[in-house]
Amino acid sequence: MLDGRGSIKRRLGARLWLSGTWLGVMALLALFAPMISPHDPLAQDLFAGRLPPFWMNGSDPAYLLGTDSLGRDVLSRLIHGARIAFSVALVAGLATAIVGSMLGLLAGYMRGWVDVLISRLVDIWMAFPPVLFAILLIAVLGTGLTSIIIAIVVIDWTRFCRVVRAEAMNQSAMDYVSSAIVAGRPRRDILWREILPNVLPTIVALLTLEMGIAVIVEAILSFVNLSISTDAPTWGGMIAEGRTSIYQAWWVLAFPLAVLFLTVLSFSQFGEGLKDRFDPVLR
Amino acid sequence: MSAFLTVKNLSAALHGFDQRVLRSVSFSIDTGEVLGLVGESGAGKSMIGKAILGILPSAISIIEGEILIDGQDLQKMKPADRRRFIGATAALIPQDPLTALNPSRRIEPQITSRLVDILGWSKADARVRAMELLNEVHIDNPERVMGSYPHELSGGMRQRVLIASAFAANPKLVIADEPTTALDVTVQKQILRLIRELQERHSTAMVFVTHDLGVVSKVCQRLSVLYGGKIVENSSVPDFFKGPKHAYSRALLAATPKYTDPDASLLPVDESVIEAVAAEVLAADKEWRHGR
Amino acid sequence: MKLLRAILLRLATMSVTLIGAAVVVFFVIRVVPGNPIAMMLPPGASEEDIARLTAHYGLDKTILEQFWIWLTGVFHGDFGTSISLRQPVMPLVLGRLPATLELAIFALVIAVVIGGAMALTGVRHRETRTETAIDVANGVGLSIPDFLWALILIVLFGVLMPVFHISGRISPSLDLPFVTQFYVFESIVRLRFDLWWDLLKHMFMPALALAIPLAAIISQLLKQSLKETMHLDYVTLSRTKGYSENHVILSEALPNAVLPTLTLIGVQFTFLIGGTVIIERLFSYEGLGNMAIDAVINRDLPLIQGIVIVFALLFTIINLVVDMTYALLNPRLRHA
Ligand SMILES: Nc1ncnc2c1ncn2[C@@H]1O[C@H](COP(=O)(O)OP(=O)(O)OP(=O)(O)O)[C@@H](O)[C@H]1O
Ligand SMILES: [Mg+2]
Repeated sequence: MLDGRGSIKRRLGARLWLSGTWLGVMALLALFAPMISPHDPLAQDLFAGRLPPFWMNGSDPAYLLGTDSLGRDVLSRLIHGARIAFSVALVAGLATAIVGSMLGLLAGYMRGWVDVLISRLVDIWMAFPPVLFAILLIAVLGTGLTSIIIAIVVIDWTRFCRVVRAEAMNQSAMDYVSSAIVAGRPRRDILWREILPNVLPTIVALLTLEMGIAVIVEAILSFVNLSISTDAPTWGGMIAEGRTSIYQAWWVLAFPLAVLFLTVLSFSQFGEGLKDRFDPVLR
Repeated sequence: MSAFLTVKNLSAALHGFDQRVLRSVSFSIDTGEVLGLVGESGAGKSMIGKAILGILPSAISIIEGEILIDGQDLQKMKPADRRRFIGATAALIPQDPLTALNPSRRIEPQITSRLVDILGWSKADARVRAMELLNEVHIDNPERVMGSYPHELSGGMRQRVLIASAFAANPKLVIADEPTTALDVTVQKQILRLIRELQERHSTAMVFVTHDLGVVSKVCQRLSVLYGGKIVENSSVPDFFKGPKHAYSRALLAATPKYTDPDASLLPVDESVIEAVAAEVLAADKEWRHGR
Repeated sequence: MKLLRAILLRLATMSVTLIGAAVVVFFVIRVVPGNPIAMMLPPGASEEDIARLTAHYGLDKTILEQFWIWLTGVFHGDFGTSISLRQPVMPLVLGRLPATLELAIFALVIAVVIGGAMALTGVRHRETRTETAIDVANGVGLSIPDFLWALILIVLFGVLMPVFHISGRISPSLDLPFVTQFYVFESIVRLRFDLWWDLLKHMFMPALALAIPLAAIISQLLKQSLKETMHLDYVTLSRTKGYSENHVILSEALPNAVLPTLTLIGVQFTFLIGGTVIIERLFSYEGLGNMAIDAVINRDLPLIQGIVIVFALLFTIINLVVDMTYALLNPRLRHA
């Protein structure tokens, strides 16, 4: 039993560490993209189209991960893509967390008609296929970074709302809340100082998950050609472009796919790791 | 005649730890005889029953010793054969009737499953037998009970069902692990009487695990006192109540309300007695380790 | 009585949800910039033509008037006329729905089979390396959404090991005898296993992509509740009766452990159906989702409305069915 616990703890530690490292590296790439990337991500070289990555025959050492069909450097586009992906992840993730958690806290703590109203709204939202909803919103809002962020918030606030509402209800039933009420503390004070801090770990874990989802939504929208602009270096756009030339140049699809995979996996594992780290039972 | 169940030098331990949970336990039971196992909570009473039935927790396993049922050495059997052998010859009456019945199945299959699946009876025969058994445990409307789900029955009824299920295949050995602790006092007496009645009628060998020396005096012929996974005293019930040999047993007896004289003052088990018996267990451990 | 009241209550909330969904979509898409009528006519069409067609589709009225017209139509079974396809919306939607349902159900079956098998294996070999491996697989399966799984499958099995089709619903060269849109079902009824096999080979990749995250969820939850159940007294008791470990897991523990997983599958199945929208696009599968994306791109307002309402209806029905199954399977509720 004891050694079992120890190894679980070690495994959790490794998970947090590995995912954190990947996200850190990606964030640095995103931050310093213009300095790091070897080429202009938009520069086309029609004479160097579909060059394979460095280990294959016919590659050009100047293009480490090869080029796409328009002769743009895959590596540089990946690095600049990280910039867009991380901006969306950060802004959309935070905004979604704030909007959804607020509504969830209100519903879970106030109960009554506020709860009924918000819960009905969540039900209605859950009746839409999210991808369709997102595409529809982009059609309304127009393409561009801001539209994507707004669309993500509008679609995904329910994820936070549902979880935070349930958690706030749990916390409200606890003795420390009752004693705060008995002590005559104002409701707002109880909500902010007593309940919110206890719900925060859940919100943080969901937030990292949401960041991964935001990256995916951006990729899906770029894929359906509704994201930013057709040649902006987004991971989703690269995937869409790679999908069309998959038989001639698999690397144009495979590299952004791998990066997206690892990033999304890291976001979710990082969140899980954080949650376990802050879980008093496991600690 | 050799005993029906013989446990010889049985030791069990937690994986990866030096600590034994059962420490060279030995005892034997004849056909038709009831052996009481007493000792404080955590002494290892249930563990002995589990070891015999082959349901030790996954973290614990037998490290030495023999368990012989009807002359057959359980350790030497193939796991699948042992399972079937136990299923056909032994049965468990569990402690908590509330959790020992599968909530999603009706009562009938829970009584008859062993007969049908393991012993190859026909469904119809098994059903007749189940009715008979429910009569034996004094359930008035067996038809209705067989079609019920566990949550529709009271605790006492469920324990009757479990007893019926235990005796279904005419087991030659029954292990009753505190079969009445989860029931209220009035029901306890009836259930105890019922177990005794069935045990006598079928001349079953029985291991009766309990905290209560009063119960032992009514149900058992012999008893073993357990401390820290070690048997500190094996004795016949009359001898024991005349005067236990071991100091720990004496203290235990002094701490039990006497059914002959319920008003007599009770003595708490003395610290020094506990220390002495703990030291004895440790000394025996040392010797055992030496011998290996 | 209690059950009847519960069902009535559910039906009431269901209708509120559906009407709410209709309102939201209706108003959201009316704000869409771009004139669908102009998109539909050839370039250089006269202002007059555009105005005439706009009036024909009722798009010159106020939003509230339009909503009223639409809603009364819906109650008569009339969901309007698709602008881009120039056909009534309902037959169009119902023509595509079977393809999506078949895909989703196939995916559900795959998810239940894989997830169930993994959970059972994990419990059978609990506290061993096998269980750790299953935990890791569950973690990855859960973290990666269907869209990425689809792309990975396309690269792996479409390009590197081309054993499955990665585009379309059925090989275009085949002669189709079908009278319904439920191709898989009908091919079995007609004993045309050649067609059936071709359909499965097309459906397998998209269905697997949809199934992986759900399989991971099922595996994780079912394994956890199985493990909890395995410690219960009635399971231990059945061991002493002479049953094998496999039998104990399958017939004592599983029926009781399945209930919490079942409720979860309901919600998750609606998520899975939501996922078909992009997965159908990726695999050029001619289902409702693919049609929906085209409808948005063409600004085909009546069609978008129709599709969204059908999805919403489907989701609420699934939730209702799952709740009722739960009540039926749980003896405690059944007799309450
Ligand atoms: N699953 C397990 N893992 C590790 N140790 C265990 C496990 N189950 C029991 N033990 C240990 O084995 C010892 C014997 O337990 P057992 O259940 O046999 O006690 P008991 O005499 O039946 O007590 P009680 O009267 O409370 O039922 C205890 O010290 C307990 O801590
Ligand atoms: Mg016990």
